[in-house]
Amino acid sequence: MGEMHQILLKIGPAAFRIASAWREPLDQLAALYSDYPAPADQSVDFTVRLEPEKPWRRFIRPSVHIGGDFWLPDAAPLPLKQGLLAAEMGMNLQMALGWRRHLLLHASSVEKDSKALIMTGLSGSGKSTLSAMLAEKGWRFMGDEFALLSLDSGQISPFPRLISLKNEAIGAMQKIAAESRFGPEMNATPKGDIRHLVPPKAAVERMDAPARPALLLFPRFGHAPELREMGKSEVFVRLTQASTNYVALGEAGFRALTRFVDQVPVKAMDYQSTDQAEAMIRDLWSRLP
Amino acid sequence: MMRDARLLINALRDPASVEPLDSGQWTELISIARAESLIGSLAHRVQDRTVPDRARAVLQDAIEAHDLARQQALWEADCARRALADYPGKIALMKGTAYVAANLSAGVGRSIGDLDIMVAREDLPVVEAALLDAGWEWVKPDPYDDQYYREHMHELPPLIHRERDRMIDVHHTILPLTAGPRPDAEAMLNDAVRLENGLYVMAPADMVLHSIAHLFADGDLAGGLRNLWDINLLLGHFSAEDKNFWAELHRRAQIHGLCAELARALRLSNRLYRTPLDESRRDGTSISDSFYVRRLLARDGYGRETRKFTRFAFYVRSHWLRMPPLMLARHLWTKWRKGGKPSN
Repeated sequence: MGEMHQILLKIGPAAFRIASAWREPLDQLAALYSDYPAPADQSVDFTVRLEPEKPWRRFIRPSVHIGGDFWLPDAAPLPLKQGLLAAEMGMNLQMALGWRRHLLLHASSVEKDSKALIMTGLSGSGKSTLSAMLAEKGWRFMGDEFALLSLDSGQISPFPRLISLKNEAIGAMQKIAAESRFGPEMNATPKGDIRHLVPPKAAVERMDAPARPALLLFPRFGHAPELREMGKSEVFVRLTQASTNYVALGEAGFRALTRFVDQVPVKAMDYQSTDQAEAMIRDLWSRLP
Repeated sequence: MMRDARLLINALRDPASVEPLDSGQWTELISIARAESLIGSLAHRVQDRTVPDRARAVLQDAIEAHDLARQQALWEADCARRALADYPGKIALMKGTAYVAANLSAGVGRSIGDLDIMVAREDLPVVEAALLDAGWEWVKPDPYDDQYYREHMHELPPLIHRERDRMIDVHHTILPLTAGPRPDAEAMLNDAVRLENGLYVMAPADMVLHSIAHLFADGDLAGGLRNLWDINLLLGHFSAEDKNFWAELHRRAQIHGLCAELARALRLSNRLYRTPLDESRRDGTSISDSFYVRRLLARDGYGRETRKFTRFAFYVRSHWLRMPPLMLARHLWTKWRKGGKPSN
């Protein structure tokens, strides 16, 4: 078997071993995650493997297959140039399929005054970009991919991995964040153009600090600005769809989610620009109980 | 870095062996156990041992995940029972679902995927119709696959429930009809043991022999460590419970034509897991056992499949076991023309 390189990373409550047949993706990860603390005692929850799709693909048109403790049978390989993306996808996959210590919501989250704002929706809704933008404007970034809902306390724990900016969001963030915080540009990935952004320092320093969920938004980009009420049953069903481990957690997941839906105010929010969204959010936030 | 799965074997066989492990070795052990679907068994096995905090949390996750899997498997079995309420024949649960339904140690922490049941061959059309009526649907609507299953396999083409998304395999015997041994399926159903809910599980000796047939007379030994761990636990449990178990096991193996497979299973289970055996019936070793061990342990500390050549050899063997050469050629040719990898 081919030799593997490896590094250990801790993001929020989860720790990973990333093993790779190539050095490059690990060097990129090490640089971008340099401010993150190492896993205590070098213990990890998951292993991610980046391997050649076929043995000769280590050298010739290198092609990265994403594997690990948890894996999908039909995961398409990525070119080595997108190895960093493969590592990030591998970590997401471990969380989505293997994490059981929280209910995972496919959502972004930010915190202010010890209260968390959670934004969920289909890809393209702008939830990731909004969280990145708010993180530069006085909010604490908690995560752009998964919001971790505690099964006991009902609090949201951060999972502040690198922010994955796509297409237009890259240019928008380049205007307000220092160039040194950006990862390499990856063009024409399966998700379009992608560039990773290191979250602000406070997000990393406080990545073990949970916050009480105070508002849930379903943002939708590209529609005239409007706020709408949503029924609890609709919210519940959409969150079961937005959760990767709701079914796997059984009754514990059901209890956590019903409590969340009962207690957290919800709005559907249409918007056409991030400035517009920010103003709407500021207004909603000021009127929270 | 571990080059094979011995770390896992040691942990299962002797739980105290995990206490000196450092974090790096725990990471490797966890990857190997997850890859071999033995993480739940490992978690239960080392529950009273000193384990680093994060490894303990991973193991606790596995225990909870498998508790839920157990509940879902029993629920699925009950759904099948209700769908077949009007069917008068015996419905025998098989494999993992049978172990949990019969409360056997082999069911503790075991991963369970599909629901496997066995009914009399002549009743297949009735059972199939009742299941289709209750919401199960065909997974493989391909006519070649469908015909292949019906003519040559030991089970119906797999069905999946359209609401619960769970598969059921309806067997009428335990090995493909094209395989060498021809187990006596009728005898298996005749001697099956009734559970409280009216479903059946196979009698102890048959239950062990089914697991053995599945591992050594069918398939390419993928998931073999898990299967052999089942066999080890079943042997330990039944032999402790009934002093005539060993004699019965050998008697049934003769009826089912599985004597060579049984001997192989006993040797390997003892060699890897130290299964206590009936000394009077112990036979020597076989040179080929080492080749099996090599295949069974082909997993490194990253959780990767290793020993590609050995794996491939067992893959080829699995096809030889299942089909006569001419039939195999025809099968692979048809599959190749369809542009897919042969999966049966």
